Amino acid sequence: MSDVKTETPISSFRIGDSAPRPDGIPKVKGTFAFSSDLWHEKMLWGGTLRSPYPAARINKLDITEALLIDGVHTVLTHDDVPGEAVYGLEHADQPVMAAEVVRYEGEPVAIVAADHPEIVRRALAAINVEYEEMVPLTDPEIAESVGHIHPDGNVFRKINLRHGDQEIQGDIQVEGVYEVGMQDQAFLGPESGLAVPGEDGGVDLYVSTQWLHADRRQVASCLGIKEEDVRITLAGVGGAFGAREDLSLHVHLCMLAMRTNRPVKMIYSREESFHGHVHRHPAKMWYRHHADREGNLVRVEARVLLDGGAYASSSGAVIANAACFAGGPYRIPNANIEGIVVRTNNPPCGAMRGFGAVQTCMGHEAQMDKLAVALNADPVEIRLKNALKTGDQLLTGQIITGTAPVAEVIRTCAEHVPSSQESSDLMSLPGGAGRTADPEHISRGEAIAVGFKNLMFSEGFDDFSSAVCHLEDGVATITCACAEVGQGFVTLAQQITREILGVEEVILAPAATETVGSAGSTSASRQTWMSGGAVQKACEEVRLKLLQRITEEHEISIDDLVLVEGQVLSLNGDFSISIDAASENPLEARVEYRHAPTFPLDENGQGDAHVSFAFAAHRAVVDVDPELGLVKVVELVTSQDVGRLLNPVQAIGQLEGGAAQGVGLAVMEEVLVAEGNIRNASFTDYLIPTALDMPPVEIAAIIEHPEPGAPFGAKGIGEPPSISSTAAVVAAIREATNLELPRVPVRLTDIVSVEESS
Amino acid sequence: MQAALILMPVTVARSLDHALAALEECPEALILAGGTDVMVQVNKGSLSVDQVVAIGRVPELQGWSREDDWLHLGAGVTYSEMMGKEISSMVPALAQASRTVGSPQIRNAGTIGGNLGTSSPAGDTLPTLFALEAVLTIRSSAGIRKLPINQFVVGVKQNALQPGELIEKISVPVLEGSQEFCKIGPRNAMVISVASFTLLTDVKENQVRSCLGTVGPVPIRPTEAENLLSNGVDWGKNEVSSEVLDAFASLCADAAQPIDDHRGSAAYRRHAIKILSRRAACRIFSEGNS
Ligand SMILES: Cc1cc2nc3c(=O)[nH]c(=O)nc-3n(C[C@H](O)[C@H](O)[C@H](O)COP(=O)(O)OP(=O)(O)OC[C@H]3O[C@@H](n4cnc5c(N)ncnc54)[C@H](O)[C@@H]3O)c2cc1C
Repeated sequence: MSDVKTETPISSFRIGDSAPRPDGIPKVKGTFAFSSDLWHEKMLWGGTLRSPYPAARINKLDITEALLIDGVHTVLTHDDVPGEAVYGLEHADQPVMAAEVVRYEGEPVAIVAADHPEIVRRALAAINVEYEEMVPLTDPEIAESVGHIHPDGNVFRKINLRHGDQEIQGDIQVEGVYEVGMQDQAFLGPESGLAVPGEDGGVDLYVSTQWLHADRRQVASCLGIKEEDVRITLAGVGGAFGAREDLSLHVHLCMLAMRTNRPVKMIYSREESFHGHVHRHPAKMWYRHHADREGNLVRVEARVLLDGGAYASSSGAVIANAACFAGGPYRIPNANIEGIVVRTNNPPCGAMRGFGAVQTCMGHEAQMDKLAVALNADPVEIRLKNALKTGDQLLTGQIITGTAPVAEVIRTCAEHVPSSQESSDLMSLPGGAGRTADPEHISRGEAIAVGFKNLMFSEGFDDFSSAVCHLEDGVATITCACAEVGQGFVTLAQQITREILGVEEVILAPAATETVGSAGSTSASRQTWMSGGAVQKACEEVRLKLLQRITEEHEISIDDLVLVEGQVLSLNGDFSISIDAASENPLEARVEYRHAPTFPLDENGQGDAHVSFAFAAHRAVVDVDPELGLVKVVELVTSQDVGRLLNPVQAIGQLEGGAAQGVGLAVMEEVLVAEGNIRNASFTDYLIPTALDMPPVEIAAIIEHPEPGAPFGAKGIGEPPSISSTAAVVAAIREATNLELPRVPVRLTDIVSVEESS
Repeated sequence: MQAALILMPVTVARSLDHALAALEECPEALILAGGTDVMVQVNKGSLSVDQVVAIGRVPELQGWSREDDWLHLGAGVTYSEMMGKEISSMVPALAQASRTVGSPQIRNAGTIGGNLGTSSPAGDTLPTLFALEAVLTIRSSAGIRKLPINQFVVGVKQNALQPGELIEKISVPVLEGSQEFCKIGPRNAMVISVASFTLLTDVKENQVRSCLGTVGPVPIRPTEAENLLSNGVDWGKNEVSSEVLDAFASLCADAAQPIDDHRGSAAYRRHAIKILSRRAACRIFSEGNS
């Protein structure tokens, strides 16, 4: 049903080549089927009634009027949930539909299936809910100390990381309080899916998601049926960035389909989408850095408070990242970090590209700049002096055994001379198309920032991916449940297969729970390593089976054989057979792939909790109009540690796109929440960068030091671009304005102080 | 039953008479031009529509004409057309304002008639049309009436259009002299105005005309400020003193009646007008030291 199956390009693209995406041309032409394009002749339309209040008691929920409307097939509420009433990624605490209380604006209260979207709309309007409003808990600072708004309490997780000497003082100390606003993933394809009831009492769900098998586990539990009876197939995904890691309409669709015994389709509107998925955690951070007079970091103290909103989602893992990486990619022998993530009546927060490291990067990089000022030192030098390297210890006590080219990342980024294209057009100044500034009104700033994070899942999680390789008549078919969300796994899977099997044609089977085991989530920069690793392993097993077959039939030593361009050849040239012929009888391998084990953090936040780390730096040049508060990012240079470059074009795509998201958080992207209500749930008012806001990204260096243990030596590359980009841009604005600017996104009125001038 | 839900009768008018006849038959029908405001409302569910008269293919509403010192813009003229060489040479500020509107897609579809039909305080053509004292030609099957723009746009999204009427054209004087339009939004393109400002000169009359956008329920002419600047400019030298510029900017800011909302605070908006008005004037006149 979804268009995940793709044709193979004729030419052979292997590891390291800029292989074109198999779904690229259909996407550009508009023929790619996204989840919103799903269709079934007999389908009904589903819709969701949501709470208008961030905190209220439901005194009455009456669906009788709605049921009377012609064309309405069913209206379901909390009482109709057949299985577990709550779900969650790490901890089940989020109701499928609100029972007695609603805890955030937009929480689902009832669902409807009807013949037409307009009838759905009318039915939702006809549901009579009597709410008794309660005072919402919206201040995360007080969440810990006030009454619980959920039976599981108001603290999702608290981490007290203690490393080294807890009393030591540095001669130089700098302190700061920083804040990060709530960012949205702003994917373009709103939540959508289609559930088809099965004749066996099960259900088929076609949905855009990041992790099919985790969805299945939660959906089955809420439906009260066996996992095997929930069959999930990936539908075309229009972007994810973390926002599709949690369930949204999954259970609702299945409930409606199973109740009506009809296929049901649902698409969120843009506004609904803002209420229908988690956002990036807003953060409040206090930092104190200690250094000696030479600029060596001695100690970092920090308190990081994240607002998790109403339900747990992945808050526990996000705060762990925020705490573990709070110091940045620097060697700091002593640390005490308090990380806490709390429950409030604000919109739920969870995964987003960078996952906890984005927030703290903004804090630690501001601190490094303050330290440079306090020491009268160069901000680049102070970073280089403290840069982590292989063999150094993290704040968690873990020793970095993999590659850590932090100094190289910083140096290449700092030294790069950009091919600056200055324009005299007024539109190229801050204010853009609005023509608000002339060159004499502008001041320029430049700054650098560095960031890092873990790749893959941490803290002892059994992290694996599964793949099947089937070789028949020279055609390889790869089956893997890795969610292609735009990152380009489909391309890499083909490249890896061609590399190992020497075949031209590689077919990718649809990603589905029925045909293969879990691939884990498309998040944490993990799929190139994990599902790439699974595909590699499956292909290698098939290769071995193929060679064994040939050696058995032809009395040749396996070591004498190579696979190239569709042929199996002996090294001395005496023997050859086409892979087509050799695989007339199909060969198959089904594998699971795991990365090296990790371990939980202990009560002091110490432990070998992570597998591998990736590093990136950004240098930003901004023009600011200080009188109007308008900003234009004019230059963005980046260097990134990638382990090994598998597909240059796709890598550049990640570096550019991630940086754009970082620029967005620095200067405009914020979900505005007032008393628990989102005030800008639309792309009219939730602004993301346009072509006039985003300079071309200049890549100073893509640093390739193969990572031990990683398939092909490649590190994940998706998240680092959005970690230090925000920090670099805000630092450059500070340089341009001489303002402290402790908060992102930087608003017009953070730069111009209107009270004085009006 | 279902069909009635999905379909609404649409008259795709092929001529002005066709459109007017359809409006006579159903005076409450919704006029649809580029649809860039209408469709947003419909999709949101905040506009329920029973009957539509689509005017996008009415030839009489397309294009523009010049008659002496007057430019007549058909209501169906798009932003892209206003950015074209001809119109931008006659009313540069309108072209500049058009460039700030939306994205290329919106500018290709959205029309000046639609901007007036919506009459939003953030409508980007409105300040310049107010400064030009544009005259609207409004038509119904009963006849024609002409209305100065300040009698047409009367409140927040409120205008003087009566059932059965449509805007046929908008007439503005072609002035001799420089023009400047500036608009503030927290993004460098495709953004709703937080504050805007237009300044036009009429070197024949030795006058300036100005207007503030998005800082009141309707665009505001800062008449005191206009008079001060008109009298303060040395028109021979095209020069003005810093003192006059400062006073002009202050009077413009004083004339604003801004509100606080999630897009900007009243204080910022007033401040922005002060900065924009001075900058616009400095682009047109050289700043002398009197
Ligand atoms: C993404 C986006 C960005 C936008 N950005 C901007 C912006 O930056 N600045 C800005 O000012 N606007 C902006 N708009 C709003 C909109 O594009 C403009 O107001 C546009 O001028 C509307 O013109 P239209 O032809 O599309 O009108 P429609 O949507 O067709 O109609 C708008 C209203 O005018 C009425 N109407 C249309 N023509 C006539 C007529 N001839 N006689 C009588 N009534 C008529 C309609 O009945 C309706 O009430 C934006 C809209 C979108 C969707």
